[in-house]
Amino acid sequence: MMEEVKEVTSALSVHGHNIKITDVVKDGDVLTFVIVSQKLSGTGEYHVDRTWDDFEWLQQHLFSQEDVPGIQGVIFPPLPAKANGNTSAKVIKQLGVLGLGEWQPYVKALETFLQLVATHKILNKNKAVEVFLTSSDAPGRQKVKKNIFNRLSQAVEEMRKEGHKDVDEFFQTERDHNLVLTGCTKTAAEKFLDMVLTEQKIAVACGHFSAALHLCVEPGEDPDKKAFSRLCVQISEVFNSMKKNMTSVAENNVNTLGLGLDQESRYQEAEKEMLFRRTCKLVELENATRNAEKAKPVKKEAMEELKTATKTEFQEICRVAKQEIKQFQGVRVKMLQQALVQWCERQLLTAKESADQFNQHLQAFREMTQ
Amino acid sequence: MATSSERSPPPFPDSEDQDVLDTEDVAGRDSDEDDGGDLFMGSSNPTLAEVETLLEPARQPSDLLMNPPSDLMSDPLIEPISSQTENKPASEAVNEPSDDFVDLTNNISATTESAVAEIPLDEPSDDFVDILGSETEAQREEVVVTDVTVEAAADKSEVTSGVTDSPGDGKIRSDAEEEAQETSAAPIIDLGADLPASNTQQLPVSDKIADPLVDLLGDPSPAPAADAKKPSGATIDLFEDEGSDLFGEPRQTKSAKQQQKSLFGEADEDLFGEPLGAVSKKPVSKEQKEKSVTTKAAAAVPAGGPLLDSSPAEPADIFTEEAVTTTPSVSNTSTVNSKTNGVHSEEEADIFSEATVELSLDSPRTERKNDVTAKPSASAPTSLSAAASQAKPQSAALEELEEEEEAELDDKFEVLVSVKDPEKIGDGMNAYMAYKVSTQTTLPMFRNKTFTVRRRFSDFLGLYEKLSEKHGPNGFIVPPPPEKSILGMTKVKVGKEDSSSADFVERRRGALERYLQRVVNHPSLIQDPDVREFLEREDLPRAVSTQALSGAGFLKMINKATDAVSKMTIKMNESDVWFEEKLQEVESADQQFRKLHALVESLVIHRKELSLNTASFAKSTAMLGSAEDNTALSRALSQLAEVEDKMEQLHQDQAANDTFSFAELIADYIRLLGAVRGSFDHRMKVWQRWQDAQAMLQKKRETEAKLLWANKPDKLQLAKEEIAEWEAKVTQYERDFERVSATVRKEVVRFEKEKTKNFKRQIIKYLESLLQSQQQLIKYWEAFLPEAKAIA
Repeated sequence: MMEEVKEVTSALSVHGHNIKITDVVKDGDVLTFVIVSQKLSGTGEYHVDRTWDDFEWLQQHLFSQEDVPGIQGVIFPPLPAKANGNTSAKVIKQLGVLGLGEWQPYVKALETFLQLVATHKILNKNKAVEVFLTSSDAPGRQKVKKNIFNRLSQAVEEMRKEGHKDVDEFFQTERDHNLVLTGCTKTAAEKFLDMVLTEQKIAVACGHFSAALHLCVEPGEDPDKKAFSRLCVQISEVFNSMKKNMTSVAENNVNTLGLGLDQESRYQEAEKEMLFRRTCKLVELENATRNAEKAKPVKKEAMEELKTATKTEFQEICRVAKQEIKQFQGVRVKMLQQALVQWCERQLLTAKESADQFNQHLQAFREMTQ
Repeated sequence: MATSSERSPPPFPDSEDQDVLDTEDVAGRDSDEDDGGDLFMGSSNPTLAEVETLLEPARQPSDLLMNPPSDLMSDPLIEPISSQTENKPASEAVNEPSDDFVDLTNNISATTESAVAEIPLDEPSDDFVDILGSETEAQREEVVVTDVTVEAAADKSEVTSGVTDSPGDGKIRSDAEEEAQETSAAPIIDLGADLPASNTQQLPVSDKIADPLVDLLGDPSPAPAADAKKPSGATIDLFEDEGSDLFGEPRQTKSAKQQQKSLFGEADEDLFGEPLGAVSKKPVSKEQKEKSVTTKAAAAVPAGGPLLDSSPAEPADIFTEEAVTTTPSVSNTSTVNSKTNGVHSEEEADIFSEATVELSLDSPRTERKNDVTAKPSASAPTSLSAAASQAKPQSAALEELEEEEEAELDDKFEVLVSVKDPEKIGDGMNAYMAYKVSTQTTLPMFRNKTFTVRRRFSDFLGLYEKLSEKHGPNGFIVPPPPEKSILGMTKVKVGKEDSSSADFVERRRGALERYLQRVVNHPSLIQDPDVREFLEREDLPRAVSTQALSGAGFLKMINKATDAVSKMTIKMNESDVWFEEKLQEVESADQQFRKLHALVESLVIHRKELSLNTASFAKSTAMLGSAEDNTALSRALSQLAEVEDKMEQLHQDQAANDTFSFAELIADYIRLLGAVRGSFDHRMKVWQRWQDAQAMLQKKRETEAKLLWANKPDKLQLAKEEIAEWEAKVTQYERDFERVSATVRKEVVRFEKEKTKNFKRQIIKYLESLLQSQQQLIKYWEAFLPEAKAIA
């Protein structure tokens, strides 16, 4: 299977930037996503069903392209963590903003992942992407072997190598910067999530209040009673409007800036991983260089060879990484900007609508006779 | 106030005119008096008791006549009070145990006196005007009209003829004030004549009318005349109502003249309910319709007259006279007072012990009245407030009448109160909060248009206690103040300047303001002198025993009242479907409001949380912005941080808005519903008393039947008396119950109207601020949008 993938180097047969996930089906704990992509030939679409495991299969394939030069310098688009089918406090803690709502944010994040992969110059050459997007069969539910990108091993080494002094000032700055940004973005995303959660609580509270007001309505012909009942119904409507307002404010938050911050946060995380891989290679190269210098004549040649190989590899990684970082900066700023603009526009719209509605309620109350 | 005092003098000449007429009538009435005298002679028992009554009033006025004019001038503030206290013993002197009439005389004497004072002494008259609040207008007319109606009454009924004589005489003489010393002898004689006349009158009247009540009065007639005292004790109840209603009235008429009508309506009802009083009352009340408002005071006098030795009329006249004569006479009033008090205190006690024994003890109203009368007699020459508190019970009793005019009066209630500037005074655990209470009003009963006083929290509670004690038993819904909060206040005392303690202070300030506004909006409560005092007086005596109202205690009190109601409901076979339904509605409304309150509170908590979260998001955005390399993005993020900071403020305001528009409003209504249930409870108590009296009457009747069968005529007589007594009580209690029921009904209707109005006003305010904050939000977003677009 791996061989197959290596053989194909041509680009995808579909448009990368308008891959859509049109539907999500929940079957027990398993979520199945319907992915639609348009054929490059112009006519027709591919419709495929994929589960999260399929996504993971794809990612593993991307990670394990050991023959592609400088693959370790690639910032792999981040795949959101696996979601099991129920929303709970735990899921939200794990998934952040993606755990909210009826999976739309999650779907959106997966969509973004696919688009990023499909439009990535190096990654979209992988056969696995084509298979994932076009094959009507599920690509592989089998376990893929663990590879060098195993995150667990990474975590252990991280502490030791993270602080390693870089030889290249560009990368040193980028590493430092990335470290700060990762932390800040993560905090901001968390705070934003808190805000959204509270907004949802307010919406719920408004709904409860609105419903409870209906209980105050009493039957009867007494004009005083009728007046009060009518008032209660109207107040209830006001709170219902407030509930709707809050709900859409929260929705807007999630779907725009919430997703944007989440994406940014995970993308920064991905960059961090890439930089770390590069740092690892750097350490490896430094070790090889030292070994080559110290090596006895017998082993010297082999050591030199290893050193040269490592150096080439490292240089390749640095080359790819520089490109990647440049591209990443462009992409993430664009993404954030988009998120901010959309957010602002939607909130503005919601605010205007709500103001309109409140104004109508106000007029209704003012006109209301005792 | 100034205007009214200016207007005051002119009517007096009118009264002089009336006096002239009086003199013209004197001849005719003299003959009447002769008739009275004949009757008196004709009656078979001119006993010692009557002689005594003859003597006592005789002594009384002579004392009163010693009143120094110098006192009036030098110390006008104290003067009216001391004269009021005089009145009391005087009315007691004529063996009048009904404190209603004491109050009556107080009212009349106070008013007449001040009115009289206006002529010879311009300056002190102003003082009187102040003392008596806005009553001047009424007083003016009162002086004029008392004479007129008394006269009219005299024409209509022979009973009061003797009585009317005396003021007529008195007036004539008072015109020549310099001769007062000499003339003083004359009124005494007149009084003496009056008393026997009225006493004897009692017998024929009661004989003539076939009524259980008359039986009651008829019974003692063969017995020594001293017995007359006893039935009068019973009849107090009968007249308690009209007495207080009518006499309380003048105090309130200043603000509402329309009340007149309703009062007359009431009087007519009374006529039918009580044929006995009708004899003299009917003509009088007709007469009143043509007269001015204040005739009521006089009207009540003859109404009570035939039954109650016509003494109520007498003291009134005595004091009209007395007030005039005091001007030239010289003596120290205080000693006279204390003396007379000493003399009569025993007698008074007897009377009341009798009265209270006869009345069932669960009648809070009577108890209170006794308290009231006992108080001033014990400490006769006290401050103005004592005198004022005396008059209160009556006003409470008649608010019912006023309610009818409420709709018309609504526009006239123009009192705006604000509670501002909460300030911590003192340190440590002795610290307390003081508030500035500012009043804005167009009501003439207040001295100024705007005034400000400082009040501490316990003063507010003290006001509530006074009001609920006075008005609660009559079925009024007295707005409750916010509860004491030990936790909240301790925080304040400790001096923690955190947001929760500021929030607490602000909430309480708002609650106090709304509480006070509700009190002054209530057409009856605003009339209460305690309310006026609370709003106007610079230094209020410290409220004591508000401790009982502390948080838990307050709740317990309400719960207790509720329990009592629910328990009674089981017992009470509710005849009135309206009350049955309303009580259930109130119960369910209480549940709903509690639920709503909990929901709003949680909403407020979430809003505060949102405000906090927005703040921390703003902070993290600012940090992100500073960490960002991309200049445009960094700038946008910093801008965003600022926007979010502003939004935090918006959320905070919204939380406050939720709190003060809804949470507090609903909390108010939970408290008010407690008060509504309290009024149902009071109604139930009155009902219970009526039922108990009925049961007692049944028992007495059975006893009578047994005695009849056993043929024991000696005991039979006693049993009959008792039955009559209890029949009177049952009638009275039933009327009480109907009155309280009517009041509760009106109050509940008013409460519901107010509720709708309140909620409507509040939701409009709420929506306005909501709209405003939404528009603010739009501005923020519109300002930020170009920043976001500029990133690229």
